[in-house]
Amino acid sequence: MNRLNISVSPHFHAKATTRSIMLDVIIALLPTTIAGVWIYGLRSLAVLAVGIGSAVIAEFIFNLIAKKPCTVGDLSAVVTGLLLALSVHSNMPLWQVAIGAAFAIVIVKGVFGGIGQNFANPAITGRLLMAVSFGEMAKAAFPVADTVSKATPLAVLESNKMMFENGVYFIKNWKGDITGQTDLLSLFLGTRGGAIGESCTVALIIGCIYLLARKVITWQTPVSFILTVFVLSLIYTKDFNMALAYTMAGGVFIGAIFMATDYATTPYRPWGKVIFGICCGAITVLIRFWGNLPEGVSFSILFMNLLTPYIDKWTSKKPFGGEKQ
Amino acid sequence: MFLTGKGGVHVPHNKNTAGLPAVRMPAPSCVVLPTSMHIGKPANPVVKPKDHVNVGTLIAESSGPVSSPVYSSISGEVTKIDTILTAGGTFVPAIFIQSDGQMTVDESICPPVVNDYASFIEAVRQSGIVGLGGAGFPTAVKLDVKDTSRIKELVINAAECEPYITSDTRTMLDDADDVKAGIELFEKYLDIKKVIIGIESNKPDAIRRMKAVFANDDAVTVMTLPGIYPQGAEKIIIKNTTGKTVPAGKLPIDVGSLVCNVTTIAAIARYIKTGMPLVEKCVTVDGTAVSDPKNVIVPIGTSVKELISFCNIKEDDIYKILFGGPMMGISTPDPEAPILKNTNAITVMGLKEATQPKATQCIHCGKCATHCPMNLTTFAFGRAYERNDAEELQRLRVDLCVECGCCSFICPAKRPLVEINKLSKAMLRSYQAKQKQIAAEKEAQKAAEAAKEAKKA
Repeated sequence: MNRLNISVSPHFHAKATTRSIMLDVIIALLPTTIAGVWIYGLRSLAVLAVGIGSAVIAEFIFNLIAKKPCTVGDLSAVVTGLLLALSVHSNMPLWQVAIGAAFAIVIVKGVFGGIGQNFANPAITGRLLMAVSFGEMAKAAFPVADTVSKATPLAVLESNKMMFENGVYFIKNWKGDITGQTDLLSLFLGTRGGAIGESCTVALIIGCIYLLARKVITWQTPVSFILTVFVLSLIYTKDFNMALAYTMAGGVFIGAIFMATDYATTPYRPWGKVIFGICCGAITVLIRFWGNLPEGVSFSILFMNLLTPYIDKWTSKKPFGGEKQ
Repeated sequence: MFLTGKGGVHVPHNKNTAGLPAVRMPAPSCVVLPTSMHIGKPANPVVKPKDHVNVGTLIAESSGPVSSPVYSSISGEVTKIDTILTAGGTFVPAIFIQSDGQMTVDESICPPVVNDYASFIEAVRQSGIVGLGGAGFPTAVKLDVKDTSRIKELVINAAECEPYITSDTRTMLDDADDVKAGIELFEKYLDIKKVIIGIESNKPDAIRRMKAVFANDDAVTVMTLPGIYPQGAEKIIIKNTTGKTVPAGKLPIDVGSLVCNVTTIAAIARYIKTGMPLVEKCVTVDGTAVSDPKNVIVPIGTSVKELISFCNIKEDDIYKILFGGPMMGISTPDPEAPILKNTNAITVMGLKEATQPKATQCIHCGKCATHCPMNLTTFAFGRAYERNDAEELQRLRVDLCVECGCCSFICPAKRPLVEINKLSKAMLRSYQAKQKQIAAEKEAQKAAEAAKEAKKA
């Protein structure tokens, strides 16, 4: 007989591994990636390649220097690089993308102890670093292809706030020759100015359904996040179509589906996820309507990342048969 | 509810043997009967080498209130009494018996006289029956509640939530009459008015059979439970059948529930009917290295090796042998280890499944905590354990962990969480013992000082 293996129970394990989860996220991001490349042209491919490449190389080098086992194989650096590249514009200078990705991996994730130890979402923090360091490039609207030469809806909104508030200018500027309904349709399909991966709402929803079906994420965060943005926009604008437009514009969907569901930096209990989503949605709307920035999704998620330990504490369940901790 | 989310995991059920009636294996050439196959004090051997014993001869008697007698499972000669290492990792004296191949039944075997509560408990004590679901707690001790009015309902645990195992299923299908007789005995002598049989939904045949058997009995409810592991954990099945929560540190009887495994109750009925004590056990032999899985009736004390060769398992395919199922089973390094009273399955694994996956860094997904049936914040134990923080472990209530394995099972980083939990529990126990000792010493010191003061005055 062979030498018998011994180990502590259980001797069965679920199929999902860290790597398979990361692979699922990458697969879920593929629709929006393809849509982004199709809408914004081949330049976005270069941005994606640099984002992923520099994230992976940064992780590899960091592990070498820190004398830690190589963790590139778990694909989490690929996810970070891809998410970061998807949340910037297709004409972003490549060196800036590289710096953002390296910052996300080394400063936000690596020095805190690697995967699972970061307190904030690396992709979001990397994106915000780019926004504050390189200013206009990250937040502004620079269309690439002529067919979609429109300003990003939220940038228009920003520069025409007063006009927007009565609900006329916004639609007029937005739709051009097209009717109000096709306007919403273009938001849904993503044929508008914006970051590579955030504009094609339908592709993001497909990715979301995939993640839900694979049980990588749960419905609580995306649903509560998106619903909150919609409801608060509806209250503010008092216009159903406008509220819909608001919800689909900017990075609400990519943020709610892919960034606010990051394991390490968001609550783990279902109610915690609901609180997290609602707060993110509310802060996003606050920043959009009353803040100085055109986009509030990144900041809202980053802010809520910091509150996550407290939400986890508030929503912790009492042990079965025991008393509340 | 959608949002609260109950713990537990969906494990592959692999109930390949559910349709196979148990086969009896031929008499083994020898058996090794440990004197401790139960929780509590080991039994005292009452035989010596060269003694002749028969099937059902008492070879070790109960040594205290929490103990259980051991009977010979074959006929033959006692060869030696020696210390062995059990699958549970403890060293206990064991009685070695060489078979004479006859399987002669002891002449003294006759049905016990049972006519009231006390004689029923005594009969269960003499039967050598322990919790056959796997716990191995002497059943007589559990049943001896003194005041039977404390029992509001009897919960028959037939969940059998571990993958592969179908020995309880076979009890319900093949020995339904014994189950019925057992429940009637409990109703009669323990004055029980309400019985709930909890069965996981993956056993439709057993559910149908039990419903048919108890169709005319209003006191008995057959309840179908969702197939979520660990449905059969004692506190979980009480919650899911009666809605009652057993408080931490309390026993089921404190909330009025008496829980009994279905095979245990059938074994009690059989003993009362025939007087033959617990000497054999239905064991499911299955696993990835088993091409022909079976339910086998095995004399207790038979070596795993002999059982494996009876089941025609190729020795080269065997890389891990488990006492029990893959979720809570104990892996044994020794193929000579004997089948115990509470062994309900032998899981034999091939190379691929026998190798533990490599653990990687925790990604803080929180799945270990959301899937924990006891609602523990499992991921926090490791850090507290590493920095030797027993107080934190106490606050996190690591002592409530039932080691069901849901956390390790679901962990995407494949971390050995159950191992960490076991170590943490041990750390907390020694810390609590130390605290107790310090408190006692302080108390003694105070008393001594007080005495001194009194003397002075």
